[in-house]
Amino acid sequence: MGHTDVIFTVVHFDVVAALAYLVAGVFFILALRGLSSPATSQRGNRFGMIGMTIAVVTTLVTHQLASLAEIAIAIAIGGAIGWITARRIKMTDMPQLVAAFHSLVGMAAVLVGWAAYLNPIAFGIAGPDGVIETQSRVELGLGIAIGAITFSGSVIAFLKLAGKMSGAPIMLPLRHVINLGTVAAILALVGWFTQDQGFWVIAAITALSFLIGFLLIIPIGGADMPVVVSMLNSYSGWAAAAMGFTLHNTAMIITGALVGSSGAILSYIMCRAMNRSFLSVIAGGFGVDAAAAGGEAKEQRPWKRGSAEDAAFLLGEAENVIIIPGYGMAVAQAQHVLREMGDQLKARGVSVKYAIHPVAGRMPGHMNVLLAEANVPYDEVFELEDINSEFGQCDVAFIIGANDVVNPAAKTDKASPIYGMPVFDVEKAKTIMFIKRSMGGVGYAGVDNDVFYMDQTMMLLADAKKMVEDIVKALAH
Amino acid sequence: MDFISILSIFVMACFVGYYVVWSVTPALHTPLMAVTNAISSVIIVGALIASAAGGSASSKWLGLLAVVLASVNIFGGFAVTSRMLAMYKKKDR
Repeated sequence: MGHTDVIFTVVHFDVVAALAYLVAGVFFILALRGLSSPATSQRGNRFGMIGMTIAVVTTLVTHQLASLAEIAIAIAIGGAIGWITARRIKMTDMPQLVAAFHSLVGMAAVLVGWAAYLNPIAFGIAGPDGVIETQSRVELGLGIAIGAITFSGSVIAFLKLAGKMSGAPIMLPLRHVINLGTVAAILALVGWFTQDQGFWVIAAITALSFLIGFLLIIPIGGADMPVVVSMLNSYSGWAAAAMGFTLHNTAMIITGALVGSSGAILSYIMCRAMNRSFLSVIAGGFGVDAAAAGGEAKEQRPWKRGSAEDAAFLLGEAENVIIIPGYGMAVAQAQHVLREMGDQLKARGVSVKYAIHPVAGRMPGHMNVLLAEANVPYDEVFELEDINSEFGQCDVAFIIGANDVVNPAAKTDKASPIYGMPVFDVEKAKTIMFIKRSMGGVGYAGVDNDVFYMDQTMMLLADAKKMVEDIVKALAH
Repeated sequence: MDFISILSIFVMACFVGYYVVWSVTPALHTPLMAVTNAISSVIIVGALIASAAGGSASSKWLGLLAVVLASVNIFGGFAVTSRMLAMYKKKDR
């Protein structure tokens, strides 16, 4: 007796663990499914937490717990840092927080890859002689490479988003040749790794991958960040999936695939909203050439300046107002006072709606979060395609901190760098109010905007928050 | 599990991800990124295996460091998602 029983128990235990990981994976699917509506989203988030708990507990009970105390301390340290950061972070800083979190996933993947390389027997990817299986070497090499790219790319994205590094594209000469060469070298080294399990091979893969992540992101400008953040989100998923292949773990594979496709879809949505191909965003440098071209074509055209009192009067008399927020609103932190203005107008019987362009802000859904933070009900906030037909019946289009997304050149001027980008039809509104710091800056794409000079346009030149505060005061009288 | 079974799960999960993510409302794209961030830290499973295993001290320490990083993400990611989602409210009148 004994021997067969033990084997049975072990097999049985493995099956239970595999099933538990599968259940965790299903909970992760339900977590994303919950986000289809704000009403079910909190429940979705809880499903995510349940899935994670199942995955962690399963791993702990199926492995020897020699170092449980150390593990508990590690989780406590990390958990405390994460929880406190999440409590304290300002909503306007959300893009850089997400970038920072992406970098951690990338780094964790690199560390796990290295740990598996140094102790392959514990991960079940090598025989007793310590020689790693060929297939596992490919998975390990790719996992480390993707993790390292996610890490260094996200660090650059974080620095750019947090303003600790210039958001302007940094262009190296011959960068496409350097980038393609580096990628080819990484793939060649992964091939080499299948033949030679040597330390320097995996070290070289790691070093070159850190380098390429850095090189890929530095030429990409600030307003292309929604694509970059989505792309890095996708990479962090593929890194987790690659590690899942190494560990034969279904929870990691399912999650990796979910996160990978999620990031890829968001990147696609962002690119489509700018009418640019993914490759042209990755190639970088947008806004540099255009700014130079726009500079020459500029001419003096008449425009009208309005005061906060003028704006308050017209807004008060209006029936339908559509507010279009952009990144400038986030910079000026004007979302709260903007909601106050909306409340005052609603109290006077004015219909107020918010219109959000997919690429407004620095990450997908950035404006929605800021408006939600300011207590704007989500059923007053509309997406581009849902509201664009309403500008014809709109009395005031109120543009705050947006520019390129209302530029009619995207519809008419084939030479414009933003031609083909879907934009709001603000020119159909009876009155356009355009809050802008000065007449100088011309948006990210560096192109002049005909809306400034239209007969029905009133330019409100001031800091966005200050101007809206003044309008609120004037409305109160 | 053999490679083909794992690959099948992966490919199917990509399709599930594709359809599930398209159904996410654009208003929740930022929480989507935050929560995907949190769940991709399931990589902590690998970190725990490394931390728990004997045989290599360096592997164990790398594993523990990865546990710290992944925990930052798990707790931070779920907490920030929940904080954001709590702000989305319907009109109350």
